[in-house]
Amino acid sequence: MTRPSPNLTLAARQRHLEGKGTGWTVTARVTLAVYLLFLMVPIYWLVNMSFKTNTEILNFITLVPEDFTWDNYTLIFTDPTWYMGYVNTLIYVAINVAISITVALPAAYAFSRYSFMGDKHLFFWLLSNRMAPPAVFALPFFQLYSSVGLFDTHIAVALAHCLFNVPLAVWILEGFMRGVPKEIDETAFVDGYPFWKFFLRIFVPLISAGIGVTAFFCFMFSSVELLLSRTLTGTSVRTVGVAMTRTSSAIGLEYGTLAAAGVLTIIPGALVIWFVRNYIAKGFALGRV
Amino acid sequence: MARIRLDNLAHTYMTYPRDDRDFALKPMNVEWEDGGAYALLGASGCGKTTLLNIISGLRAPSQGRVIFGDTDVTECPTAERNIAQVFQFPVVYDTMTVRQNLAFPLRNRGMDPTRIRNRVQQIAKVIGMEAELDRKARGLTADAKQKISLGRGMVREDVNAILFDEPLTVIDPQMKWELRTQLRRLHQEFGHTMIYVTHDQTEALTFADKVAVMFEGRIAQLGTPEELFRKPQHTFVGYFIGSPGMNLFEAEVDGRQARIGPHVIPLAADYGRPEGRVQIGIRPEFTRIAASGGIPVDILRIEDVGRHVVLRARHGGVAVNAILSEEDTLAEGATHAVFDPAEIGVFVDGWRRDPVEGASA
Amino acid sequence: MRKVQNNGAWLLVLPVFLLVAFSAVIPLMTVVNYAFNDSFGENEFFWNGFDWFKEVIDSDRIRGALWRQFLFSAIVLLIEIPLGIAIALTLPKRGFWASLVLVLLAMPLVIPWNVVGTIWQVFARGDIGLLGVVITSFWADFNIGRDPLSAWIVVVMMDVWHWTSLVVLLAYAGLQAIPEAYYQAGRIDQASRWAIFRFIELPKLKGVLLIAVLLRFMDSFMIYTEPFVVTGGGPGQATTFLSIDLVKTALGQFDLGPAAAFSLMYFLVVLLMSWVFYTVMTAMDVEGGTQ
Repeated sequence: MTRPSPNLTLAARQRHLEGKGTGWTVTARVTLAVYLLFLMVPIYWLVNMSFKTNTEILNFITLVPEDFTWDNYTLIFTDPTWYMGYVNTLIYVAINVAISITVALPAAYAFSRYSFMGDKHLFFWLLSNRMAPPAVFALPFFQLYSSVGLFDTHIAVALAHCLFNVPLAVWILEGFMRGVPKEIDETAFVDGYPFWKFFLRIFVPLISAGIGVTAFFCFMFSSVELLLSRTLTGTSVRTVGVAMTRTSSAIGLEYGTLAAAGVLTIIPGALVIWFVRNYIAKGFALGRV
Repeated sequence: MARIRLDNLAHTYMTYPRDDRDFALKPMNVEWEDGGAYALLGASGCGKTTLLNIISGLRAPSQGRVIFGDTDVTECPTAERNIAQVFQFPVVYDTMTVRQNLAFPLRNRGMDPTRIRNRVQQIAKVIGMEAELDRKARGLTADAKQKISLGRGMVREDVNAILFDEPLTVIDPQMKWELRTQLRRLHQEFGHTMIYVTHDQTEALTFADKVAVMFEGRIAQLGTPEELFRKPQHTFVGYFIGSPGMNLFEAEVDGRQARIGPHVIPLAADYGRPEGRVQIGIRPEFTRIAASGGIPVDILRIEDVGRHVVLRARHGGVAVNAILSEEDTLAEGATHAVFDPAEIGVFVDGWRRDPVEGASA
Repeated sequence: MRKVQNNGAWLLVLPVFLLVAFSAVIPLMTVVNYAFNDSFGENEFFWNGFDWFKEVIDSDRIRGALWRQFLFSAIVLLIEIPLGIAIALTLPKRGFWASLVLVLLAMPLVIPWNVVGTIWQVFARGDIGLLGVVITSFWADFNIGRDPLSAWIVVVMMDVWHWTSLVVLLAYAGLQAIPEAYYQAGRIDQASRWAIFRFIELPKLKGVLLIAVLLRFMDSFMIYTEPFVVTGGGPGQATTFLSIDLVKTALGQFDLGPAAAFSLMYFLVVLLMSWVFYTVMTAMDVEGGTQ
């Protein structure tokens, strides 16, 4: 048995006792590093391309841009068909997050606190919508929203995304609410709080972390979806995704612009993750760990 | 099996401890005899579990050495120390049956299957789970799971010591008594060194041959139950052991006399003139209530606790308790607490002071 | 937690019920309508029975897509679940590095799906993409536009890149929830690293892994955007999965009858699978609750 030298730090001696020798630690670190590299290289390639000219992209393979340029970004920020895509996307995502959380809060409370007629079936039915392939709904949505005159509006996409975001929000919030002891509700009711006052003033602040996580997921799933948002929008509400797919199918591909547009869609997501980083793991486990 | 010695051992959870208070365990030297049944008794947060985990090798100490027999094992992982430990909350391997759970430590050491089977059967009998041996551990109740944990702790015969970290917390009271008796029997049968952590003095005093009372990261006293009772080395021991604990008074001591305020209390020996914070302590068992002598008290109430009666009183702001046998009748007008001089202890800054050499009566 | 019986709780779920009913039930009715009727346009329908369903079941094209779909989901699950667990085991437990690694891991999950497609489409091109250039240097025939195997490799790799992090995060959350005492007991019992994984970590991960398998199965079964952007379903039909085929039929050719019948069966398969998962999950919840 090798013995660590006596002047090692306490932490190192503790690791030694736990049998986590250097061999294990090194293997773990290397595996993780290789995996993170695998995750980051494709993203890096996109960023790299976004700073290149189209000539450089098409003719040379360079790991860093040789002819560094901001032109691709300048184009996006000056051309309304591009930048309005971001604005439109943000608008329908925001509407969707607001609707999803507002309706999901009371429902999640009901599922976490009460049992009522048909509760299990309802819950399963809600979840089954999370499982519905968007492709199945693309055509009927198109017809439904056209017939009520909502085609090509932000609200149409926001409502359509509720199909999978509302069930998800109910599910995550219910998981978080389960963790709040029921005694809190009972004490408040004994103290004479009316339900809505209790709910908004006491309960909602208690699960604010859960609401944050839920908002993150609704944001994420709404902003990453392409099929429905593409089907339900035309010329007046053109989304980034649509702008990008139309660029890539056009003749005379502007890869640099496409890459810059892609990079710009990643940034908001990356920022949001940083804010919810302490809850990511629990959130992805839907509050059920 | 081996004697366990802790040499100048201390532990702090901080990287840069400033003074004594930052140490969860203050430097200590202790010896646990081979084959002894010890209890580690103290309030929660006094460092009992930390000490136990250092002995078993789950935690590295900040300083000092752990020595088993003649070998320094400070840097040895648990596996090399060959220790068994039972935790406060049940830890079972859910997907295994009860039998597989009990056999697990033996299988990991590559023991012969026939011997494993016999040993598991034997332990199952001790913990009273022979009938459930082939059930999955998952669905069992908390106390059944804890019995499995205990069984896993005891299943290996060749261990250096078995450590128990408040193992009976989740067990219901009746079963507690039974399991403790089983542990005692097991100890007598196999002679393992056992260290049993608890905050319950009854548990400690009934289980152990010797009890170590811990207080703020120190072992205040290591002794037999009798020693803890008659000669507590620290006011904390006096107060913590016994029900109710020792009566303690701020006093001035001069030779064979102690003075509590204006009241003079005779002592059985010459204690000199100690400096610092001086206290005298007397167990309620050696306190009587009489019409005169000792110190005047206000009697608050009398509690009948079965075999004897506890009298609760006050002297100034200090609680004074006395235990009276049922035959003792409280005389009319008895308002003074009188102490048996031979049983009075003198404490300086918390620690017991012995009488001046050669001057004892 | 014991719940109170109260049918008044329906009031609280009513908004969700109405909203989801509007976005799910009405469109679904339309689908059912199309599936059983034929139309010559102008909203005139006549009953067509199960003819569309027969047509769909008999269609070699759709059978091919279904087979490819199952193959894809199986491959992806077989790679992502074990890989996800393995990576979760290597993550630091706490501190700044843990946060940083988590954020990096979550990155692919928040990238819009079409951008994921774009990234890999470009990345895998033999002329301008790093991956494509590296692979063609030792495998000259690598070409996602012409060679089905190349296309499959890239689509699977993309999905692993995109979604393994989800499994990692779930497994990591599960690992974090294991009390330290279990590891200590494992050390006391002299369990090997493998035994600790097999008897302590894996059983405790069962719940989250089931969620992971459920989500990954469903999402991979419904995948559309990413392969559509990378390969457009090609070369030929090589990467045409169910959703891609459905969208082609419904929105491309406006073949409403077969598309609707196809949709219904597609949905039923997914529903059936999710019902199985849900039942197993709640059964395990009950079991876990008695601990």
